[in-house]
Amino acid sequence: MKKTLTLREKYLLDKRNQKIKILAIQIAVLVIFFGLWELLAQTEVIDSFVTSCPSRMIKTLKLLVRQDLFRHVGITLLECICGFVIATVLGTAIAVLLWWSKTLRRVLEPYIVVLNSLPKIALGPVIIIWMGAGYQAIIMMTVLICIIVTIMSVLAGFLECDEDKILLMRSMGANKFQILWKLILPSSLPNLISVLKINVGLSWVGVIMGEYLVSSAGLGYLIIYGGQVFKLDLVMTSTLILCLLAALMYLSVAAVERHLKRTR
Amino acid sequence: MEILKIENVSLRYQTDEAETEALRDVNLTIDEGEFVAIIGPSGCGKTTILTLISGLMKPTAGTIYLDGKVIDKPVGDIGYMLQRDHLFAWRTILSNALLGLELQKKKTPETIEYTTALIDKYGLGDFKKAYPRQLSGGMRQRAALIRTLAYRPKILLLDEPFSALDYQTRLSVCDDVHNIIKSEKKTALLVTHDISEAISLADRIIVLSARPATVKSVYTPQIEGTPLRRREHESFSRWFDVIYKDVST
Repeated sequence: MKKTLTLREKYLLDKRNQKIKILAIQIAVLVIFFGLWELLAQTEVIDSFVTSCPSRMIKTLKLLVRQDLFRHVGITLLECICGFVIATVLGTAIAVLLWWSKTLRRVLEPYIVVLNSLPKIALGPVIIIWMGAGYQAIIMMTVLICIIVTIMSVLAGFLECDEDKILLMRSMGANKFQILWKLILPSSLPNLISVLKINVGLSWVGVIMGEYLVSSAGLGYLIIYGGQVFKLDLVMTSTLILCLLAALMYLSVAAVERHLKRTR
Repeated sequence: MEILKIENVSLRYQTDEAETEALRDVNLTIDEGEFVAIIGPSGCGKTTILTLISGLMKPTAGTIYLDGKVIDKPVGDIGYMLQRDHLFAWRTILSNALLGLELQKKKTPETIEYTTALIDKYGLGDFKKAYPRQLSGGMRQRAALIRTLAYRPKILLLDEPFSALDYQTRLSVCDDVHNIIKSEKKTALLVTHDISEAISLADRIIVLSARPATVKSVYTPQIEGTPLRRREHESFSRWFDVIYKDVST
């Protein structure tokens, strides 16, 4: 027997179907992309020596797992997280200082603008000489790439705070520290989260750039090495792993965001 | 008893473009428990007077005394109520109401109980643990008033506290606020551009001149009752006409 749906049920059902449809298409795109890649390589329409192909990538992956994939992934991940955390914490702290002192803010403004437009990769040689050709240099590169944007967006968020709310706090006798702790920081939490999201992306840029410059291990190293010895299988496989890691890190920040939204 | 005294206060403020004379020789005293309204043409510096009383700005000349003491910096003796409620979205209603006490480090079991009692008394008891977004505009403004009452300020400064509400809500919140202020025996100074609001709320109405503002005239309508009752009083429109003519000339 067919039950007639109420308008509400029909709306919800439509909405769910829509969601399933989108997801199905998304998966299909992925499958078609890799399927086509494999097919074109098998039929030798494209040269898999130059383009690699999914089956060769799986073979490479198996080989890498038996060798030292996890060491490379671990090193890159650690460098990335270190850079991300240092840049976010330090950048936020500097933003607090700049919020606190209007004079400091006005003095440093042109320097920050210039540093922001400077391509940080140009500092590569200096970093290597100062920090040594090791993981410190890579973390430094990551921090440099993330920190300026962090300072600028966190500060912008602080300064966006409603003047009337500050007036209200001051009229109640609040000191500057209380205004910061009880008003500015909690009210710019959504902004801080979006800065985290930006930094996830940027810290990967920093780490891979750093590894391109100096490294003897890590995913960036594998990609560069693979390129140099013309092993495209290695390059493609490492790139794909990088994609997955970046997505995972982004998703965890998004999960933190959802959690915070629920508790507020 | 005199609680607030503004003595020969003048204020000039500087911007890059020019120097502006906002207030000139303003004199005003308010007695304890009195409800005074200040009205005047827009941009005449009504809000500036409140900023001066709260100590957030210093007058160029003259002195302001609150309860006998000279005001020259914010000390938390005044309760400010603004156009918007400015409740903090990340705090519950109770926690919002306790903000002033928290800032002044006066959060004790006794003051918390007092605040809770205020919330219960004025009909927000069920919403103590709710967040501001769950409340209607009128309730939020009531919560904002309780937040200022919680730390027992000596005077309440109301800066057009109803103008962001729709007309229906405005009338009822006006009644609410008047009732709360009167039953807590608080002194209040209201700044508004709405003449009927001033007549319906205040015991005394002060009309300011255009900039540089100075006290132009003082009215004591002596209509009794709640704001809504006052609006229905036969002399209400007469007072409105008189003050309207005064403000616009």
